[in-house]
This record gives sequence, structure tokens and C-alpha cells, in this order.
Amino acid sequence: MADEIIKAEGLTRVFNKSLVAVDHVNFSVKDGEVFGFLGPNGAGKTTTINMLITVLKPTEGAASVLGYDIVKQARNVRNVIGVVPQEYTADEDLTGYENILLCADLYGIPREVSKKRALELLELVELTDFKDKKVETYSGGMRRRLELACGLINRPRVLFLDEPTLGLDVQTRAATWNYIRMLKKEFNMTLFMTTHYLEEADALCDRIAIIDHGKIVVTGSPNELKNNLGGDIITLSIQEDADIGGLVEKIERVKEVKKQDDTYFIKAENGELTAPLIIEVLRKKGYVVTKISLTKPTLNEVYLDYTGKSMRDAEESKEAIAAQRIALRRARTR
Amino acid sequence: MSQPNEQCATRLHGLWALTNRELKKWYKEPILLFMSIIQPVIWMGLFGKAMNIGAIFTGNPGIPPEAAKQIMLQIFKTSDYFSYMAIGMVSFVVLFTTMFSGMSIVWDRRLGFLNKVLSTPVSRGTIIFSKVLSATLRSIVQASIVILIALVFGLQLGSTFNPVNILGVFAAIFLICLGLSSLFLLIAIRSTRWETQMAVVNLLNLPLMFASNTFFPTSMMPDWIKAIAQINPVTYTTDAVRQLLLYNMDATQLMIDFAYLGIFAAVFTSIGIVLSWRFLSR
Repeated sequence: MADEIIKAEGLTRVFNKSLVAVDHVNFSVKDGEVFGFLGPNGAGKTTTINMLITVLKPTEGAASVLGYDIVKQARNVRNVIGVVPQEYTADEDLTGYENILLCADLYGIPREVSKKRALELLELVELTDFKDKKVETYSGGMRRRLELACGLINRPRVLFLDEPTLGLDVQTRAATWNYIRMLKKEFNMTLFMTTHYLEEADALCDRIAIIDHGKIVVTGSPNELKNNLGGDIITLSIQEDADIGGLVEKIERVKEVKKQDDTYFIKAENGELTAPLIIEVLRKKGYVVTKISLTKPTLNEVYLDYTGKSMRDAEESKEAIAAQRIALRRARTR
Repeated sequence: MSQPNEQCATRLHGLWALTNRELKKWYKEPILLFMSIIQPVIWMGLFGKAMNIGAIFTGNPGIPPEAAKQIMLQIFKTSDYFSYMAIGMVSFVVLFTTMFSGMSIVWDRRLGFLNKVLSTPVSRGTIIFSKVLSATLRSIVQASIVILIALVFGLQLGSTFNPVNILGVFAAIFLICLGLSSLFLLIAIRSTRWETQMAVVNLLNLPLMFASNTFFPTSMMPDWIKAIAQINPVTYTTDAVRQLLLYNMDATQLMIDFAYLGIFAAVFTSIGIVLSWRFLSR
């Protein structure tokens, strides 16, 4: 148990007796790791996190955080966790500093302690200069940082982040990742996060669970998952009009060779080492390599492989449906 | 290793933090306080002064001045209509302040603040009670200001008035606020749209206001309105405050008023807190 910080067994949540948001989910999070739930909108990520932070009760199954049952020992759980919600929950009419102190009061932290901690946290997330400004004047990135600071006021051992960079632009997102990494190191916490950004899961998580329709499809480290796909793709063309398929296939770590027109698609493990080897072998046989490129599989391919649909496609099709709906409505009212 | 959180959240700590959050928005924005006072003051000015009901009798050449005064005393138990309705304005302030207490929980839900608070060790009951308490404190302050302004405008205190009675006024306001804000919070907690809450508030505020003795004595109303007024806690609050400030105090009636308000507050606060608590532990 010592290194299992979060453990979920058959965790299930049904809404309105029919909508199964989370369907018998099993997973465990080890001490000190960043564990991510990756999935499209509506996959059950937020419902899972809400059960773990004791806001929702599971319909079935059980889970524990630091050994405390999330239903029977909810109060103990609440004391040791920090939560950074999806929404901007800071009170707009209060200043950043006042917001952190408010969070501290909710944990019953004495003022002399909370004031010191609040200033330290504001310093860490670089909001010291804005601490006495009302939150309504903050930018999206600043608000996110304030939420992070609020979530850390009780020195949690586990921090829950629900879509930590939702709605932020690419630059601010990368900056927020850096803050998250820094804070994790500073406070030596275990992190549980949800995201529907593949890049985010890849950049932050030690292990991810891909969730779709309330079920975990696969769990593993981003690299493991990508390697499980069979490795990298080396794309190659040669000057000569000859079939080198058989030759390349014999090279170490090469798994599969496909030829399409004049281009070879070579699936291989550790592409960065294999590619030079291929060039070397071909040169020795007198072939001239004219073009070569290396593609690493992304989580999108992993996602595609396990759920049968591309994450980006899933997002796009939703937009397409919305566009269609608007078009229909316009047509009807005309 | 970060040290485990050794502080045990005390109930009062969280309660005051959440209550103060609500109050801060209000006392830090003098304009909000001003707006909440200005409406009852305009009512007092326009309704209380312009509709000079007393003048119907006193200004009538057919009625001798002494008889006119008697009529007023008989109907309103005071010869000055302005004083009568100015006290009604205290209930008006209370009613409007508590009605909007429910609104803030709708916002807290929509903005995700509620979920965040639910994930902290603060108890569910405390979350609800902080809303009730902040509405109550606001009402007491606003009602006091309205009474002060009424005094400036010419509110005539009764012959049995004693400064200690002011504490009784606060007690009456405190009780009705507890009950009413619990009630409105209970209505609000299930809705995620503030429009719903607005509709409910608009539906309830007129009957509560007019089917009571706020502007006019219930003795002259038709029976069915009288029946509503009889169970309307606004009637009892207004009467209690009038007994304390305006009338020759009728101790028995005052006891009845307080007993009713006490029961109303106890029942609705319990129902409100228990049901909201259950709703929050989904």
C-alpha cells in the first residue's frame, strides 16, 4: 500500500440511473508519479476526478487516496489532497492574495501560517506583483497559476488537476506545464491529472490511462504505449530503380517494409539508430539514398490504435456536426 | 516528503471565511450597499410621503381632527402613516436581501467554486450556513440604515420605546432572515441557471410583500388574503418591529410574534440545511 497513493477498483458512476459516465474503472497511482487520464470530452475524466476528490459518490466500486476510503473517510481524503479545478474558481471580486487566504481558511490553517505560505506560493507562481490586484484583471495564464497556488495551500500530498491548461493558448500552456513541473518538484507530490490534449499528456505524465466511453482502454507510460505500436517509421527513397525490400528487412530492429510507388516505409524500433544503419547497408551495396525521414509515433497514433478513431477526428467531427446543425437551423427558418 | 496536514479544520474557521467572502463583496463596494438602501428609501419617500393616507382623514373637513386621529389609531395603531410604512420597509429590505442570497449559490455552482469548496474539509452544513449567515448580517445592517434614514424623514417613535428595544428589532430580523434565506437557498441549490432563481424570486416577492401588514393592516383585507398574511412570517416581523419601536407595546402580541418567528426560523433553517446537505453529498 505504501507506494500506491491512489487505488480504484471497479469505480463506477451512473447519472440519472442510465447514463454510465465511468464504467468499472481500475487503476493505481504510485508514489511520486504524474498519472494522467487522457480522453476526449465526455469520456468520464472529470467524473472520475470528482469521485476521487470526494465531490461525487461512486455508484459502485471503491477507491482510496493515501489509504483513505473516498466515501467512508472523505474528510481525511480532503485534508491531504489539493484540487485545481477545470474552471477558474477564484473569486473575481477578491485579490489574488485574498483568494489564497480564503482557500487556507477552508482548511483551517491558522492565519500566521497561511499568510507566510500564501506569499511563498505567490512568489513561486510569479504573481507577487499582482497579489493585491483583483482577480478580474488577471489573464488566463495568471488565473491558472493562482488556481495552482490555491490548490497547494494545504501542502497536499496528492494534487488533482482537471484539464490544467484548458482554453489556454499554446505558449501559455507550455509555461503552465513548467509551473506544474516546478511545483511538483518543490513539494514532492503525486499528481493525478486529466487532459484531452495529447501533447500535454506526453509532456507531463509518467503514466497515462486512455479512457473512452467511461472505460480505460490501455494504461502505460507514453513511451511504452508508443513503442507498443511497433516503433518508428522511416521513409526512404533511392536513386536506383531496384527493389531493396528484402535487403532492408534483414537489418537489425527493422520490423516491416512497405513499398508505395518509389517510397519505402520502414517500421523499426529506435529509428534514430536504425536509420543510419540502413543508409550504411545500402551504400555498401552501391545504392544512393536520395531522401530519408524519421517519424516518431505520437499519442494520436496510440489513441487511434486503441480506440479505432483519431482523437483529433473525434474533436473535428463534433465541430462538423455543430456546423451542420447551424446550417439546418438556418435552412428551416428561411 | 511534505508534512501531512496536521491542522484540523474547525467549523467556525471555515464558516467565517465563507461568510466573510460574501460580505467582502458587499462592504468593499459601497455602490452595492448604496443600491440596496436606495430602493427602500425611494419607496419610503414616494409611498410613505406621497400617499399620505393619514391626510384622507385629517385633511377631511367633514371629520373633526380628534376623530380623524382616532380613526388612524384604530386602523394603524399609530396616527402617522409614514411611521407605519417606514417600519414595513424593514421587512422589505429583509425580503429582498434574503431572496438574492440564493442567487450566489447558483453562481458558485456554475463557476465551479462550489465543487472546489466541496473538496476541502469544510462541512457541507457550513457551506450552506455561511450563505444564510451572510444574508442575515447584510439584512441587519441594511435594515438599521433604513431605520436611521426613516428617523431623519420623521419616523415617530412610540411612547413605550426604550433603547433596549433595538436589540429586540435585531433579534426579529435575525430570525426571519435565518428562515427566509434557508428557504430561498433551498430553492436555488437545485437550479444551475440564475434565470430560474430570478423567476422564483419574482413570483414570491409580491405575495410575501403585499399579503402582509407591510403597507396596510391585515384587519381590512379580504379573508383569503388575511389567511395568507396570517402564515406569512413577514407579518410577524413587521408587527414585532412596530411593537418595539412604534406602538404602545403589547407584550402578549410581541411574544406571539417572536414565538412564530422562532419556530419559522428553526423549521426552515433545519429543513434548508438538511436538504441542501443531502443534495450536496451526491
